[in-house]
Amino acid sequence: MALDLTTDIKVTWCPGCPNSQILVAFRQAVEEFVSAGTMELHNIVAGAGVGCHGKISDYLEINSFNSLHGRIVPSLTGIKLANSKLNVVGFSGDGDSFSEGFNHITHAARSNSDISIFLHNNQVFALTTGQATATSPKGFKGGTMPEGSINEPINPALIMLTMGATFIARTFASDIKKTKEIMKEAMLHKGFAFVEIIQPCITFFDTREYYKERVYWLDDKHKKGNLDSAFKVARMNTADKVPCGIIYQTTKPTFEELI
Amino acid sequence: MTGSNTNSTTLIKTIAIGGAAGDGVREAGINFSELLTELGYKTFSSFDYPSLIRGGHNYSRISYSTDPVYADYHELDVLVAVNAESVRVHQHSLRAGARVFVEEAYLTELKDIDIEMISIPMKKIAEEIKAPQVARTSSAFGAYGYTLGIPLNQLKALADKVYANVGSEMNVALVEKGYQHMKKMKYPQDVCAIPTEHGIVGEVMDGNKAIAKGFLAAGLEAYVGYPMTPSTSTLAFLAKMAKKTGLKVVHPEDEIAVLNMALGMSYAGKRVAVGTANGGFALMQETFSLAGVSEIPIAILVSMRMGPATGVATHTSQGDLQFILHAGHGEFPRLVIAPGDVEECFECAADALNLAWKYQIPAVILSDKHLSESYKSVTLDTKSKGPDLGKRAVPVGTHYVRYKITDDGVSPLAFPGKANVVVKVTSYEHNEEGEAVESAEEVQAMQDKRFRKLNGLYQDFAWFPTVKTYGDEWSDVVIVFWGSTKGAILEAHKQLKTPAKLVQVLWMEPFDADRIKAELNGARVIVDVEANHTAQLAALIREKTSIEIHNKVLKYDAQPFTPTELANEINKFI
Repeated sequence: MALDLTTDIKVTWCPGCPNSQILVAFRQAVEEFVSAGTMELHNIVAGAGVGCHGKISDYLEINSFNSLHGRIVPSLTGIKLANSKLNVVGFSGDGDSFSEGFNHITHAARSNSDISIFLHNNQVFALTTGQATATSPKGFKGGTMPEGSINEPINPALIMLTMGATFIARTFASDIKKTKEIMKEAMLHKGFAFVEIIQPCITFFDTREYYKERVYWLDDKHKKGNLDSAFKVARMNTADKVPCGIIYQTTKPTFEELI
Repeated sequence: MTGSNTNSTTLIKTIAIGGAAGDGVREAGINFSELLTELGYKTFSSFDYPSLIRGGHNYSRISYSTDPVYADYHELDVLVAVNAESVRVHQHSLRAGARVFVEEAYLTELKDIDIEMISIPMKKIAEEIKAPQVARTSSAFGAYGYTLGIPLNQLKALADKVYANVGSEMNVALVEKGYQHMKKMKYPQDVCAIPTEHGIVGEVMDGNKAIAKGFLAAGLEAYVGYPMTPSTSTLAFLAKMAKKTGLKVVHPEDEIAVLNMALGMSYAGKRVAVGTANGGFALMQETFSLAGVSEIPIAILVSMRMGPATGVATHTSQGDLQFILHAGHGEFPRLVIAPGDVEECFECAADALNLAWKYQIPAVILSDKHLSESYKSVTLDTKSKGPDLGKRAVPVGTHYVRYKITDDGVSPLAFPGKANVVVKVTSYEHNEEGEAVESAEEVQAMQDKRFRKLNGLYQDFAWFPTVKTYGDEWSDVVIVFWGSTKGAILEAHKQLKTPAKLVQVLWMEPFDADRIKAELNGARVIVDVEANHTAQLAALIREKTSIEIHNKVLKYDAQPFTPTELANEINKFI
């Protein structure tokens, strides 16, 4: 029997929004896990913050915790702490975890909380109609910064590496298959798994062409267990090429095991 | 519920132990209280300290009697001065014939003070037996025990019990040295210091520990907190027992994380409480509102200190009643209970956690520094409270929805991890499934559902102590109060010039308006007593009953009321 993970709620993302591709990738990941017997559906919890990304929990017939803006990460840690059998994933956004909730995601990475965070990085506050987030490029012009953002953007993967996350990956939403595979790797990882999903906002910051030209996939030559190599790759984000794939992976005792 | 008549004339004695921060004054206060409690006395002790780690002036003050004592008195029968400043600070509060034990090293510099002092070489004694100086008050314990007339062997046995947690051998040696010092001086001993009939020997406990015990009695499985005076000791007490008991105790990055993490745990089925001070609770506002809309059960200890902002960080206040009543944006049902003494801390914490689960609401237990950190000899009836698990989902068959609209407003609870059940919670207004909605009908229906829970709580008024009365219940003079002022009021009652009925409000929300009206109607004089500037309980009573109270005794200097001072203030109105 095919798994139906849809709900009756009408999808209200802009037609053509890469968020839909992320939704498809996640549903496929879950379907594959469940049909392979790797996971039971009732043991998966999909949390979300607030922003365009956060609508995803309404579109998933899966246990969900749609938190406040910026606060999804500690709620997920609490869920995992309460029931270690649950596979806990959280969707978040660049505004949701790198502007407002920055302290939570960094501390969760530091403590290696056994949860997976899928960061919809569109480099803009889209649900509030286009303002600069912490990952918007310098000079980005939005309603609240008409002369352009004066700050350098945060590089999420680099921050996560610095804070001690044990799984760090980057993917491009339009590549549904690759995104699905990376989501699965993250969910199987024991410890804090961070996946940055490049998700161009087709309405307020259309970067589809920019990333199409620059995204490339890390091959076997990249040693994902080596911290120095990982730092090197993570730093390349601002250059001409944007590396995608699993940037770093290691094992450490988890927060939930140690508490 | 009716409390006991407090109009007793039993002799109450008061001891203060003063010194600098780092001198072990707080511990000494607990030790002296435990000694007196072991002897069969009832004690109440408070600890006054500035917000610093070394230096400053700290003191513990213990009042004790053969009958229960509800507050410590300002007037001293005994002073133990670990430093010179203690004598200077407390010299004017000494009763005639008070015994003043002073560290020998400071006698010369206190020559200008004309009071009789008992020299005790606490520093030297500690040096002699190579004990750390922080333990030096133990020799004063011995000296004090000598003056009470306790035989040395009995005192040593008691000290062995009192100091069991911190290594009794060294402390008992210090106690003996202090005792012998007094004996050598041939200082006179009291003849009959020990009450002849003890009854049950209680335990010396502060409000914060009693709150932790209340949560535990109601089936606490997890506790989350971020340190902030005066709530920290609940977190520390529970953290200490975590490893042995399997209790999950977490101290995350900030208060916002505290409440969000706790809601995650509760969503996944754990009975969880959080603790913070008023300032930390201010940070939790948005998440408090999330608890309201998502109907995730949570018990929250909020212990007040003097605000605004960082305020007077280690001193008391009742300045946040109206803040708690209106906390969180939007409208949603909540429970706010304010206990007034250590026993009530236990009972109300258990009730808060249970009712949070029964109604799937946030439940606040509102304390303050004076209640959270003052010690009392108590005998808790820990078996009187057990867990109420609330309404659980009936398994299998039907499609589960988390927010089923029901007559009583309470939807059956299920947790993620259960086959064929999908549990969706959200910060958005939602339909029965837990999916965001905006339609007028659905928005209103869900608000109505949540507020129907209040009907159940109104029914519960009959089963919980929403209001308590004490004193002269027939009197048309009524004193109304809440929270930690209870102690000073029960003591002050002994000194009132006119008989008075004392009315304590415990349930602030929902508010038992009919009961309050019944207690206040017909009163010739009503006096409101609160430790705040704006008479917040009086405002609440006026809002809910239309009764306006004109006579107010308000204290907002960050110090708790003391009995004699309070009696003098109330006597002006009655």
